[in-house]
Amino acid sequence: MQSKMKESDPILEVENLSASTDNLPILKGVSLTVYPGEIHAIMGRNGCGKSTLSKIIAGHPSYNITNGDIKFLGENINSLEPEERAQSGIFLGFQYPIEIPGVSNLEFLRVSTNARRKFLNKEELDTFDFEELVKEKLEIVKMDHAFLSRSVNQGFSGGEKKRNEILQMALLEPKIAILDETDSGLDIDALRIVASGIKKISNEQTGIILITHYQRLLDEIEPNYVHVMSDGQIIKTGESDLALELEKKGYEWTDNFIKET
Amino acid sequence: MVNENLVKDVVKEPYKYGFVTDIETEKIAKGLNENVIRLISQKKEEPEYLLDFRLKAFKKWQKMKEPDWAGLGYKQIDYQDIIYYSAPKQKEKISSLDEVDPKLLETFDKLGIPLTEQKKLTNVAVDAVFDSVSIATTFREELAEHGVIFCSISEAVKNHSDLIEKYLGTVVPASDNYFAALNSAVFSDGSFVYIPKGVTCPMDLSSYFRINSGDSGQFERTLIIAEESSSVSYLEGCTAPMFDTNTLHAAVVELIALDDASIKYSTVQNWYAGDEEGIGGIFNFVTKRGKCLGKRSKISWSQVETGSAITWKYPSCLLLGEESVGEFYSVALTNNLQQADTGTKMIHIGPKTKSTIVSKGISAGNSINSYRGLVKMGTKAKGSRNYSQCDSMLIGDQASANTFPYIKSQQPNSEIEHEASTCRISEDQLFYLQSRGIQFEEAVSMMVSGFCRDVFNQLPMEFAAEADKLLALKLEGSVG
Repeated sequence: MQSKMKESDPILEVENLSASTDNLPILKGVSLTVYPGEIHAIMGRNGCGKSTLSKIIAGHPSYNITNGDIKFLGENINSLEPEERAQSGIFLGFQYPIEIPGVSNLEFLRVSTNARRKFLNKEELDTFDFEELVKEKLEIVKMDHAFLSRSVNQGFSGGEKKRNEILQMALLEPKIAILDETDSGLDIDALRIVASGIKKISNEQTGIILITHYQRLLDEIEPNYVHVMSDGQIIKTGESDLALELEKKGYEWTDNFIKET
Repeated sequence: MVNENLVKDVVKEPYKYGFVTDIETEKIAKGLNENVIRLISQKKEEPEYLLDFRLKAFKKWQKMKEPDWAGLGYKQIDYQDIIYYSAPKQKEKISSLDEVDPKLLETFDKLGIPLTEQKKLTNVAVDAVFDSVSIATTFREELAEHGVIFCSISEAVKNHSDLIEKYLGTVVPASDNYFAALNSAVFSDGSFVYIPKGVTCPMDLSSYFRINSGDSGQFERTLIIAEESSSVSYLEGCTAPMFDTNTLHAAVVELIALDDASIKYSTVQNWYAGDEEGIGGIFNFVTKRGKCLGKRSKISWSQVETGSAITWKYPSCLLLGEESVGEFYSVALTNNLQQADTGTKMIHIGPKTKSTIVSKGISAGNSINSYRGLVKMGTKAKGSRNYSQCDSMLIGDQASANTFPYIKSQQPNSEIEHEASTCRISEDQLFYLQSRGIQFEEAVSMMVSGFCRDVFNQLPMEFAAEADKLLALKLEGSVG
């Protein structure tokens, strides 16, 4: 990918990033650059550090960056709070969206949307204007209005939770979205809805990182680049056919890359 | 683990009501003996039966022991080191609000309770109590048109002596407990409400209690009587200045509901809680009880307890009337070294009586927050039902939450249901909200109000907003 000429500045640059939790190293020098309009897929075995990478980019407090930098739109964000990262346009779609009893989904979505709008110097929305906006966005993920009056993710099925994540992405209009196993636990119909939602929300100005185990999401959303992670490192990067090859040969095939390097 | 320092910042409480009003007061000397009680009674120009009531209570109190079953830790109270009567000096007889000392009006203005004709709250009648006396009661004429009596208890003693003599001490007898006995002996002022038969009180009634002086105790007494088929919603608020000494507050509240009557009693308690080291703060020892005397009568308690160094209160219902209903909805938030031991007693005596208990305790800092409640089904309470739900939320890892439900049933044909849960605001929940652009503090406060939603829904509209704001304020850090 270095060979391609890039016309605009990168959205996200992860440079030689190492990180640990409880003194246990998880990431061991990850580098990754995302330009506007690009879709990247990160694949790899469970425990290889994919989810950790996404959490660290979003600012999870349990991880310490021991080396390297994360730059967003050219600025180092290593020490920014998670909410500051979110407001400025970084979105993390959770593998396991968290239930928050008692907090209404509608109110949560509104407060969150307004935090982002405030950052963008856009007018904050009152309940009525927000209702209008959210109605429009619900269409994208084919969600029923009834979801809004329930507590955040509480009692949602796996598929409903994932659609709620994409609804949030639609409302927040991030510059970059990192979607951590958004396809897991979805049946084929739900997968199509989620995938088409992601495509509708993204454009030439946004970047997307898909963390996944399966080809079936990549059939719906074709990535420009596929990265294979193992033991806290990106061990191979290719184009979309790499995912197909991986699907055919399994992760054991990738073990050889480590021996090579 | 949730970041401890952040949590500490967030739950740090800026107490907005800690100012002292500089006003000339009439105080009697410290200490408690029979002469002090006679003096209080004399100052209030009370009839003989009331002095008797006080003296009997005092005799009982002298023989009683301060209760220790709640296991609360506090420095022993020296009852001889307290002033039992303190009143701002003002003209003998006040005929209108214009004659009230402007400093007092200003004080209540600052507390958000404007009393003057131009500024007073439009939909709530207010009785403002400052230290030992009631300063003013708004909307009296309007209420009188409906036959509703709303005045200070001292005034009721003068003008409605028959009702006082008939009902005072019938729900909470003087010998009920140590603090109730003390209150019965020395009570100074408080509110009196009488709703006549068939009347729905046209507006909410509210008492606002303000402790101003540091060395006097506050012993108010409230009595509410709802006649047949009447109804009333009553609100109570309280604040106090910040002193580094502890002030004793021992109140008694009695409610009586006759056939088909309903009383809704809501409290937002925000007495000064003491500082981070636990210095100062109000000792809040309160006895609140309602008697559902009539058939199908209903008494509903809702409380938001956020202040006081120590809270010891169990607003209860005696369900005597057939098909009478008792409710208790409570939110108690403790922080730093606060201790709260609160809950309710639902005593089912009549048949087909029903009670609901919803308690939400939130403990932060090094505080201790306990729910203590009794549900009792008497031998005649056939077909009665109770539902209890007690939830605790812990913030940080130094706070503690306890639940002590006592259940006694002498009636096999009754139902008691109890649910309890404890949760902690998890780092994952906070991170989820933060990763959506919501600030840490707002995230905590959203989760806390979400946790309290069931109770807030029970509060009167204006109060619910205030309670939500109060909790948010308590949870507000130095940032933002």
